[in-house]
Amino acid sequence: MSSQETDARLSDQTLVFDRALGRSRLKRALAEGYPDFLLQRAAGDLEERLGTVLREFKVAADLGTPLPLAQPVIAAKAGNALRMAEAEGGGADLVGDLEALPFAAESLDLAVSLLALQGVNDLPGALVQIKRALRPDGLFMGCLLGGRTLQELRQALLEAESETTGGVSPRVAPFADLRDLGSLLQRAGFALPVVDSEAVTVRYRDAFGLFRDLKAMGWSNTLTARRKAPLRRETLLRAAALYAERFADPDGRLPATFEFVWVSGWAPHESQQKPLRPGSAKARLADALGVREIGAGEKPGDKG
Amino acid sequence: MSETDITTRIDPKLLEILVCPLTKATLEYDAAKQELISRPAKLAYPIRDGIPIMLPEEARQLEE
Repeated sequence: MSSQETDARLSDQTLVFDRALGRSRLKRALAEGYPDFLLQRAAGDLEERLGTVLREFKVAADLGTPLPLAQPVIAAKAGNALRMAEAEGGGADLVGDLEALPFAAESLDLAVSLLALQGVNDLPGALVQIKRALRPDGLFMGCLLGGRTLQELRQALLEAESETTGGVSPRVAPFADLRDLGSLLQRAGFALPVVDSEAVTVRYRDAFGLFRDLKAMGWSNTLTARRKAPLRRETLLRAAALYAERFADPDGRLPATFEFVWVSGWAPHESQQKPLRPGSAKARLADALGVREIGAGEKPGDKG
Repeated sequence: MSETDITTRIDPKLLEILVCPLTKATLEYDAAKQELISRPAKLAYPIRDGIPIMLPEEARQLEE
């Protein structure tokens, strides 16, 4: 692709994440052993949630889950379960980008994605593309990290950096707000959208254990606004101390919050429940409430 | 490598549903070169070890 095309494609939005950098970090993380504890948890939750959907699907795809843990779950619900990885080396049927999905319109019956969508720059665009790839009555179920994720680390780093360097820079990624996601799903054209969230707490002996895990998951800072200079050692040490001071549990272990936000929606289909058209009611509200109906031109205070 | 080796290496069901990630146009499969070609985007996406790499940054730019 020429650089002009890239510029044209990217110029209409402010980019939060450096996706190419994220992809190379992910590739390296996969090669060096990606910790699977968060994904194991998410895959277990997915199995439970999909278990309540009494339907078989023909073609299912896992979109960008960093490890191949969602695929066995969807394979149990679908005749054909594909896996799209976001980087090579993740064990996949294809490699693709959540921001530019390579699936034909109406080609999938089920799409899932675990702990990947928090890293896209254009979440509304990604949701539109997922919806487009689904056949009518196809289901999307995804889990992404929400705004409470790493709240302890965020605070500790902010304070440490301001103390040691006299300034702060973005070190922890922003995450989607729960309240926005429902309307994003709706705007993307999903029917029956559902959003809920759960805080998953992981406990560490010290902050360095958390730092190591974040790095091993390729989640080191990929923000485009990041400072090119790495965090100073002094700042990291101070952040680790502040983390312990502020957040340690009584037994001394340090909790780290990961907010799992679950989103789901269906590609619209005739068979789904929908609101009735205005004026199609068969009973009067006034009757149901046992009160006198007030006509449109009538003031509430008027005596009939 | 024989023709049959190449054709068995990529799932035809997968080929059917893949499109160009940029233009969403249908792709042509070049079995000899192991590439998926998007004419509108003038890009050839590589297939490595039977895995299509549908990333524009990894694609080969086609001549006019």
